[in-house]
Parts: sequence; C-alpha cells; structure tokens
Amino acid sequence: MALILRILLILLTLCLATTHELNKEEFHEELLLKPLSDRKILSHFHFRHTLPDVTHSHHSLFPKAVFQLVQKFRVRELELSFTQGRWNYERWGGYDPLSSSNAKPPGVELWAIFDVPQHEVDASWKNLTHTLSGLFCASINFLESSTEYSAPEWGSQQSSGKLRYGALPREAVCTENLTPWLKLLPCRDKAGLAALMDRPSIYRGYYHSQRLHLTSSEFGAVGSTTGIVLDQTLTLVLQPDKETGSMYSGSSIYQPNWSMSSLFGREVGGKCVLAESSTVFVLLEGGLVSTLKNTWREKEGHEADNIVVENSWSNPNFELSIPPNKVIEEVTTLHKNPSILYEYSVEDSEASKPFDLEFRWKNPVAWSSPKAPLSASRFLTGSGNERGAIAISLESSGRKDEKPQSLGDFVEKMRVSPSEDKVSPGVMEMILRLPCAVNSAALTIDFDKGFLHIDEYPPDANQGFDIPSAIVSFPDFQTKIDFLVGNSSKKSPMISKLQESRNIQSYTEVLLVPLTTPDFSMPYNVITITCTVFALYFGSLLNALRRRVAEEERHQREIAAKKTVRFPLLFKLLAMLRGQTWEQPPSQSSTSTSLINTKIVIKVIIVAGIAAGWQYYYG
Amino acid sequence: MAETIAPEVKPRPIIRIGLFIISHSTLVSIVCCIAGVLALLLLPVLAKSTYFSENALMPGSAMSMLSGKNVVEADRFVKELSSLGLKAPSTGLEIPKLIAKGMADLGGEVSYHNFHPQSKKFHPLHFFSSPDPDMVKANYSCSSYGVNIIGIARAPRSDGKEAIVLVTPYNSSDISLGEAMSLGIAYSVFSLFTQVSWLAKDIIWVAADSRHGEYASIVSWLRDYHSPSFGGLEKLNAKACREGLVTGSEVSDSFLRGGTIAAALVIKVADKSEVFDKDALSIYAEASNGQMPNLDLINVINYLAVHGQGFRVKVEKLPSLLDSKWLKVLGTAIESLGKIARNLNPQWKFGIPVADYVEGTATLASSLYNQALGVPTGPHGAFRDYQIDAVTLDILPKISSYHKARRNEFLLHGARLVEGVARSVNNLLEKFHQSFFLYLLTSPNKFVSVGVYMIAFLLLIAPLPVVAASLYSDAHKCNSGIKNEDVTSADFVDGPTINSKSWRWLYAAKTVFVIHLWGFIVTVLPFFVCQIPNCSSTTSLLIWIASSGFSLILVHLLLGSPFVTASIPQSAGKEWLLLKSVTITAAFIGLCLMSVINFATAEIGALLTVPMCLMARPLKRDFNVRSTKAYARGALNLVLLHIGFPMAAFFLIKGAFEGFDNISVGDFWYWVESLWVWNSATYIYICMAYIPCWVLCIHILLHPC
Repeated sequence: MALILRILLILLTLCLATTHELNKEEFHEELLLKPLSDRKILSHFHFRHTLPDVTHSHHSLFPKAVFQLVQKFRVRELELSFTQGRWNYERWGGYDPLSSSNAKPPGVELWAIFDVPQHEVDASWKNLTHTLSGLFCASINFLESSTEYSAPEWGSQQSSGKLRYGALPREAVCTENLTPWLKLLPCRDKAGLAALMDRPSIYRGYYHSQRLHLTSSEFGAVGSTTGIVLDQTLTLVLQPDKETGSMYSGSSIYQPNWSMSSLFGREVGGKCVLAESSTVFVLLEGGLVSTLKNTWREKEGHEADNIVVENSWSNPNFELSIPPNKVIEEVTTLHKNPSILYEYSVEDSEASKPFDLEFRWKNPVAWSSPKAPLSASRFLTGSGNERGAIAISLESSGRKDEKPQSLGDFVEKMRVSPSEDKVSPGVMEMILRLPCAVNSAALTIDFDKGFLHIDEYPPDANQGFDIPSAIVSFPDFQTKIDFLVGNSSKKSPMISKLQESRNIQSYTEVLLVPLTTPDFSMPYNVITITCTVFALYFGSLLNALRRRVAEEERHQREIAAKKTVRFPLLFKLLAMLRGQTWEQPPSQSSTSTSLINTKIVIKVIIVAGIAAGWQYYYG
Repeated sequence: MAETIAPEVKPRPIIRIGLFIISHSTLVSIVCCIAGVLALLLLPVLAKSTYFSENALMPGSAMSMLSGKNVVEADRFVKELSSLGLKAPSTGLEIPKLIAKGMADLGGEVSYHNFHPQSKKFHPLHFFSSPDPDMVKANYSCSSYGVNIIGIARAPRSDGKEAIVLVTPYNSSDISLGEAMSLGIAYSVFSLFTQVSWLAKDIIWVAADSRHGEYASIVSWLRDYHSPSFGGLEKLNAKACREGLVTGSEVSDSFLRGGTIAAALVIKVADKSEVFDKDALSIYAEASNGQMPNLDLINVINYLAVHGQGFRVKVEKLPSLLDSKWLKVLGTAIESLGKIARNLNPQWKFGIPVADYVEGTATLASSLYNQALGVPTGPHGAFRDYQIDAVTLDILPKISSYHKARRNEFLLHGARLVEGVARSVNNLLEKFHQSFFLYLLTSPNKFVSVGVYMIAFLLLIAPLPVVAASLYSDAHKCNSGIKNEDVTSADFVDGPTINSKSWRWLYAAKTVFVIHLWGFIVTVLPFFVCQIPNCSSTTSLLIWIASSGFSLILVHLLLGSPFVTASIPQSAGKEWLLLKSVTITAAFIGLCLMSVINFATAEIGALLTVPMCLMARPLKRDFNVRSTKAYARGALNLVLLHIGFPMAAFFLIKGAFEGFDNISVGDFWYWVESLWVWNSATYIYICMAYIPCWVLCIHILLHPC
C-alpha cells in the first residue's frame, strides 16, 4: 500500500512539476508567542525554505551551503540543535507538539540519516560533522570519533541502520553559532522577524535552542513536500521585565504583561521582502483557555463558549493591543479544552509604523501545562571512585493505585551494545510497556570506573565526564493540535508543523561522572622519582656486574701496605673518613684515629667558618 | 665487631653506614626522638600562609548582589519562625510547612524528605562500610520520622550537572533563635539565587531536621541522594507520613536532585552571643578519620569573612595550652633565636612572636587531636564520605546581635558571606583539586602541609628499625658465644649459614602474633558488652577490661604460653632481646600503616609508643645491677608504662586540657564508644596495634632474666 502511495506521490509531483508556480523556491518566516504558566513567555521563530526543484544548481533563495551539503553526503534527514539551558518539562509542558519537537538537551545534538550504502554511512557521518563544524563555528567535529556517536535502531524514524546520533553536552552556545545560522536566511537579521533577535535579549533568557532540520525527498525522506525542506527554528523562553507595583492580588499573582518590544528590545519594521509570508501567532494553550472560560463564567455569569472565540482578543481577562487577522480554534474531542491561536500578518507594517504586539492581563490566572505521561529523571548513584550506577526513574504524572505486575511484562524489547574501550560508547535501547497503573519505575545500570590513557583526558579533566541525555519517547502517545483552517491552499508551515502528529519525546538530564584523575601537575615529580629509581636500580646492577671482588681485595691490601702521604689530599680525606667509619666501633679507639678526627674536625670547622663568612658578607 | 672480620674484607659502604648506625643505636634513637619532638614543636614556626591555588575561584571579585530587600524578607521569615517556635507545637509539622512555603514562595522547587534516623551501632564486620540501607525495615510511627526540607534554585542557563549544597539544621519540634537565624541567612541567600541568572550550578538548600541529631539527618539525605532504594516498605511509610505535610501543588512529590555536588556549607548560628566587637566565625573542617576538605575552600571562607564581611574568624584551639608556662618559655626561646638569625642575615625570616607561637601551637594541637580522633567535628563530616568538600560555619553573634536593628545587619553579613562563597564555588569549572588535602591548620590563614609535618613523624619512627636490628644482632652475638663465625655481616648480606639458631626469632614472633591476635579479640569485645542491657558506662568499661584480661589468659593457655619461654633454656637470658626486637618491628609496621590511614593518629601514637618501646628492659636486670642509672631507667620504664595505658593516657590528656574536676571512669567508655560509632580507624589502631604493644612491653619489663 505504501508503495502504491509513493508511486502516486511521484506521479503527482511529475504532473505538477510542469507548472511553474509550484516549482518556485519559497521562504516563510513565522513567530509564535505563548505565555507559560510560570510567568515566562515562549517565543518560537520558525523559518522555512523549500526547494522543490533540486535538478538545477542555481537557486535564488535556498542557501547554497546547505544544498551542497545535502547533495554531497546524500542526507535524507538531518537535525542539528544548539541549546543552552534546560527545558522545564514540569512547568513548560511536555505533552504538546512544541515541547516534543523543540525541547532539546543542553549542548549540541546532531542526528542524520544517509541515503548511502551501509558501509559508507560512517564515512559520510564523519565528513558531515566536519562540514557542519566549519559551517556553524562549533566543535561538532568531535562527534567524528567513534566513541562519541552511536547508531540507535529504534529511534524516532525507520532508518534501517543509516541513522547516526551524537551529542556534545559540554558545547557552549553563543552568538558565534547564531551568526552563521542567520546567514542561511535570505534577509539575515536585517529585516523581517529575524530583526527581533537582539543578542543580549535572546541570550538573557532561560532557555535558548537554535535548531536546523532538513529533509530531502530526493534521498527518500517521507513527507508531504518534495525537494529539500529546510526548517530553522529558534526557541526561547524569556522572562518579561518585572513590573513593580501591584503584583499580588489577594492570594494569586498577576501574570506579567508583555509586548514584543519589551521582550526583545526591538520591533518588527516590516516583513522580509523575499518571504512568502511573515506571520506572528499567539497561542493560548488548552489549560489556560479553560481557566479563562471559568473565570469569565464566574464573573459575567453567562455562557461564554462562543464569545471567547469570537471577540476574544479583548476580553475581561486579557487584552491584545492589535486585533488579530484571524482567530483559529483547535478541533478537539469532547473532554479536551481547545487551544486558541491568534494570527497576525506583519506584511502591513513598515519602518515608520512598526509592528509591536502587546499582551495585557486584567485578572490573575493560574494554570498548568499538560505533562508527559511519565516524567523521567536520570541521576548517578553510588560513591567512590571504583564503580557507580546510572539510574533512570520514571514517575507517572497521574496517580492511580493498583498492584504492579511482574517485570517480565514491562520490558518488551531491549538492545544493548556494550561499550568497548576507546572504540564505541555503550548504548542501551529499551522498549518498555508499562501498564497505566504503574506509579513509578526505575532502571539502574552499573558501571565500573577506570583510568583512561593519558592523552584521552580532556583539558579540564578534573571536571569529570559528561554523559549525554537519554531520550524518552512514547510511541503510543501522539500529540498534535488540529486547527480549523479554512482555505488550505496557503497553509502556514507553523500550523502544518503543529498539526503533524508526533510522538511525545523528552530528554533527561545530562550527567557528570567524576572520575579519578591523575595529577597532571606532577610530571616533574614523576620524572624525578623515575629517574632516581632507575639510577638506583641500574647503578647497583652495574656495580654488581662489573665488580671483581678479588681484584678489589688486592687493591685494598696494596693501599694498606703503602699507607703513605703520596695520595692527593681529597683521596686521603676520603680514605680517612672511610677508615673512621670503619674503625669507630666502641670496643677500640686508637690514638691515631682520634688525632685524625681532631684534624678533620678542625678542617671542617675552618671550611664552615669560611662559608658562613661568605654568606654573611656577600649573601 | 671490627675484630671478628678480617681487615681486608670490607663490606660495601652503604652496609658499613648501616652497621655503623646500628652499632650506635642508642645515640641515634635518642637524637632522633628529641629531634622528632622538636620538629613537632617547631611546626607553628614553619607554617606557611595560605594562598589560593585555584585561580578560577576569584573570591570577592564580584560585587555582592544581596540587597537590603532580601534581608528584610529574611527577617520577616525569622520572625514568623520564632513566633511559631514560641507557641506550643501541636503536630510538629508547622515549622517544616512554613519553611517549605517560604522556599516555594521564593520560586524554588521544594520537596520533603522524610527519613528515619538509623541509630549507630557497633558492627564488627561492617567497620569500614556503612550499614545496609535495607536493614531497617520496621514499621515506624510517623512521629519518629524526621522531615528535611529540600529547596532547589535551578541555575537557569546551565545544564544542571553540578550543585552546591547549603545546610541549615533546625529542630522541627522546637526551634531556637539561633536555628531561626541560620534559616534566615539561608533564606536571604536563596531569595537571591532564585532570581539571578549567572548561576552555573544548582543551589540546594537542605533544612535538616536536627531532632534526631544534625548528622543523622544529613547522612540519611545524602544516602537517599546517592544510593536510593527504589520502592520498599520504608519509602511507602515515608510517603504515608508525608500526607500530613503536603501543602499544595508547589511541593514536589518526588525526591529532588541536582547533579553532582561540588561543595557543601553547613551554616549554624549559636544561641549564645559573645562580648566582642565583631561577630565570630568558627570553621570546623575535620571529617571522619582526619580527612579534610580542600584547603582552598577554607581559604575562600576565611578570605571573604575577614576581608569582606569583617568577621573574626577562628579555628578551634585547645584553651589550656594558651596559658601554659612552658610553651611561653619555648616561644620566647624561638623568638630570640629568630632575632639572632635576623641579625646574621636579614633575609632569614625565622621565628615568630611569642603570642603567635602559643596560639599556633594551641590550634595545631587541637587540629592534630581532632584529626587523630577520627570523629567528624560537625555535620559536614557526612559529605566527606561522598568525596564532597564541606565545612561547618558556626557563627557566634556579638552581644547585641539579637536586637532588632542589629539583626538585619547580622543577617546581611552572614548572607553576603554565604553568597560570596557560593559564587566562588560556582566559578569553579573543575572540582576542588588544586590545593592541599593533607594539612594541619595553625591559624585560619596558616597551615602546615604534609611535606613538613611528615618530618617530625619520620624522625620519631626512624629509631625503631635501627633499634630492632641492633637488638637482633645483639641477641645473635650473645648466642653465637665462643663460636667465632661472621654472623653479623653474613646475616645482613645473605646468610649462608642458616642454622637452627637463626630461626629462633620465630618464637618471639609467635608471642607477638598471639598478643596481636588477642588485640583483635579486645577490638570485638565491646560489641558483646553492648548487648548487655541496663549497663552503666563504668560497669561496661570494667566488664570490657575484665573480659580482656580473661581472654588474654585464655589465649595464652590455648595458643601456647607466651610468658614461658623455657623451650630454649640455654639462651633464656637473652630471649627478651629478640622479643623486644620483634615487638618494635610490629609497632613500626603498625605506625607506618596507620600513618597512611590517619596521619595524626600515627603521630600521637608514635609519641606514646616510641619511648615506651625503646625503653622497655627487664626490671630484674636493672635491679640486679644496683646503680642509680639502672634504677632511674627502671623507674622511667614504670612511669612510661603507666602513662602508656590507654585509659591513663586518656585521663591525663583530658585532665591537662579540661582540668581534673569532673572526670569519671565512665568517660573513657563513652570516648571509646564514640570512636567505634563513628567508624574511626583510631579505635582499630588502639585495640589492635597499641594495646598489644603495651602488653608486650609489660611482658618485657617482667621478663625473668
């Protein structure tokens, strides 16, 4: 069936390819703003390039670097993200399409599927990491080492062994990564929505994730569009400036008022002229909408279901400074509250009349975001430098009390590729089937800590070693927001992305494993000790080998025979010292030795006196 | 010795030096011992000023962001707490609830941690390991649970791999003003940390319930943090008990974590105050078995407290040493020596003022004693078991600090200190590793590193092998008698003539071994003594001593009598030489092993053991000689032996430091109990190395020659 569908699809594209209109490169820019329950604002920029015709090598909009990269490495799908901060699954939601697709682990994450023969995948991956590293000014090239990436099999897509996944949790993200990312946009950040990206404002936030995702149907990507699709998103969680004054109203707290200029410190002075569409959305999630309805119902005392939708941009709860071009409501099943999307087109605004949307709250509201069915947290257990364990605990967000079944029912499938020293990382993939009644589950994996080879320690070895985040996805839980869109001819990429059905996915924490680290400031001491040991060893060995006892005895006898004054002074002194140490035993003390002793003592005192004088006058 | 060897056959020089030293063992041992004690007394002079090894710490380089607003809020919090403390507690849960609410209002993530404190008991087989967490599974009532409150301020832009822990002990049933103040300091710091964006490490604030002891609560929290037991009855119990506590959605249900812990600070405020012009800050750092946190942590605290917030920083010292006459005399001597040295060469910076010397010695003695004891000096000791650097800050407010106006100032200073330290640790990219871990403090900003204080110990134990060898050779010389063979040199090089006589030391070794075996029995005995119910400390002690004595006789009967060495009658006169030689060797090995585990114990042990072992000599021989020298030697032996008895030594030290007024026999039992309860290796050393050595010395003294 799938085959037939695909053939149909190809036929369709063939038919349509003739018409010029659909063969055009397109660029869309969109921004979604969403109030979060902990008084922060999520802003999500989405830029989409589509290149339906990949046969020509000349493009007017599509970035050439990306096109060449796709062609050269035959990339079917690729996702690269640079993230700073942690996504708060508890407060910012973990069940909606936005968090499932945009919440990323800290640092750099890269995965790619290649359309090359199996034995060339690794080589392609290595070249790709180097290319991306150059393209984005980041140390993505560290992912080329075979200990840094893995080939998961049951990831999000059917990849048949051509998927490679790697993460660099320690990679710092900054403007130097953003600038090349902006260069891919036709207007950069000079015009359009990207002009909002004031660096201090966007890096001041609580979460910052810059993402690049591309699919190319040429190499077998399954999707509705043909050609290469490049999605660039920037997800930010910002804290609006706090207003002094009446923040408290009784027990509950006002949500902060915000405007685009207060969030970003800039305004939109018009759309990017090259963009097909330039749209700003404001999304109110289901939980918030239902709370609003309730409060309104209490205050006004009438049924407000329709009014919310009809004229909702200025209601007793909140007010938007500009009336939206369109209000879209989610199509929902019975027991779920619909989200509401306000759509604004930036096309009318210009430099003299900049677009600045303002959101004002009139009543305090509190709501909570939907959470993932299980909240996962990962941590290290154990102490000491010998061994430890990684534990993942899954806790259900809803509470039901029933007896758990035996473990055999839980683990459905498991694949472990144990780590091989200096060759490959340890990867464990598990498919768990937990009954709904399960309250909490925990997995622990024990490991041994070992010493690394000296050149394998990173520059900050004493910090410990990072373990990248684990991915938890729930294949049975799909999420999407179905919006009632009237004419689907000109569909916005953002809405189509939200409407796409996705698995719920979340990431766990990055871990830091402290390892015993040799003291790298010690080489000098080590060299000294080693040399001493070697000198002692070889010295005594050589001494033992080359000594001829009989010869020595004869020599000593000779010395004893001619105990005269013919020796030089130093040698004599040495001999005397030897004689003294030897003939000292308490039983006897001859006058001659005592005489020698006094002589030596006098000499030593004279030398010491000279030395002290020297030290005193010249030291 | 010289005559026995033909003059032309000279051994190698290194052996000749060895032989020379051995033949002068008496002189060597006297010189070394005196030098060792002198080196120990010179340590305060040799102490170096502390310095920051880790550049990343950058203490005090940032302006403090803590403002009066944070302090005012904290002051309100303290007032609420103390007003709750004054009221009669109904359920004992109001205070934890209030603290949790405070943490949640500041924007932290909050969770309760219910724990059941495990009473510490002596487990002979689990000496160096902590008891199983699964062992305690009884059904406890909720009132016996302690409630720790955990608040976490997440670092907004970091990856959350590391965390800094602030601990404030509080009593959940009856909170004192000092505890409220320490909670207030943590509150104001926490209110800042939840707002700032520069944090790189999460801040975990643990309000530890000290109803069952400060240490126990932190130990159980750390255990659950590092080795949680999943599921199990205890967890369910704890969960059931938490029902009464849940205040709302802001309190998380699960155990909150925050990555690898980089450092921990325990903040305590004393209830009493002091008549001084400055607030005083005492730093306690010793953890179990004399482990110390990295010196850089103490440096940071000291630097910020002195230069930033104007605290009077002090480290614990032995007060009795401060006005001891002999120390002052010694100090004066060293000072004048320093002056002479400076006259000779102005660059020789030797010698310190008398007052500094006395203070330094008192601090050094306390530092040495605390490390030797092996018992942590505060709740920070629990962290060291997980290789976390931690210290306890005990703040002693000046007299007027509890007045209202002064309170804000006090809170501000305390909070700014904690903020500064946390900020410094936050700057760290790597864990603490640059500075020293093995050191003794002579003042908050002076330290003696391992390379220096090792000299004193090495000098003290150096005579032991020399004397052992000399005794051994003496014994052989006597035995070989008329037979004129080159025993001495041959034995040291590689004896070609192994006759039955050269193996006679094995008999002595057997004796020593049997006594050490008995030492093991003495070690284990308290475990059984503890099982006897309703036993006062004095009776326990007497039972222990009696059973030890009884077991000594038993061992002696069963495993061959060490006191009867009549198996080789012809050499009975010299048998004690061999026995002493082996005893000294055993003591030497014991001291060396102990110096690896706990250096301070080995140092103090060496001070006691070395003279005792070296002096030991059969009394009968001394009295037979009938000269004053011999009598003096015998008397000295007896004195050393009496001082050497662990109990006598304990009471002498205690009396010297605290006065003889209130000493009871039972104190020793308590002291020993504290040692084994804290898993101190000192206990093992005393029972398995020191007491056998002491018994063997008695044996030598009473030897029938």
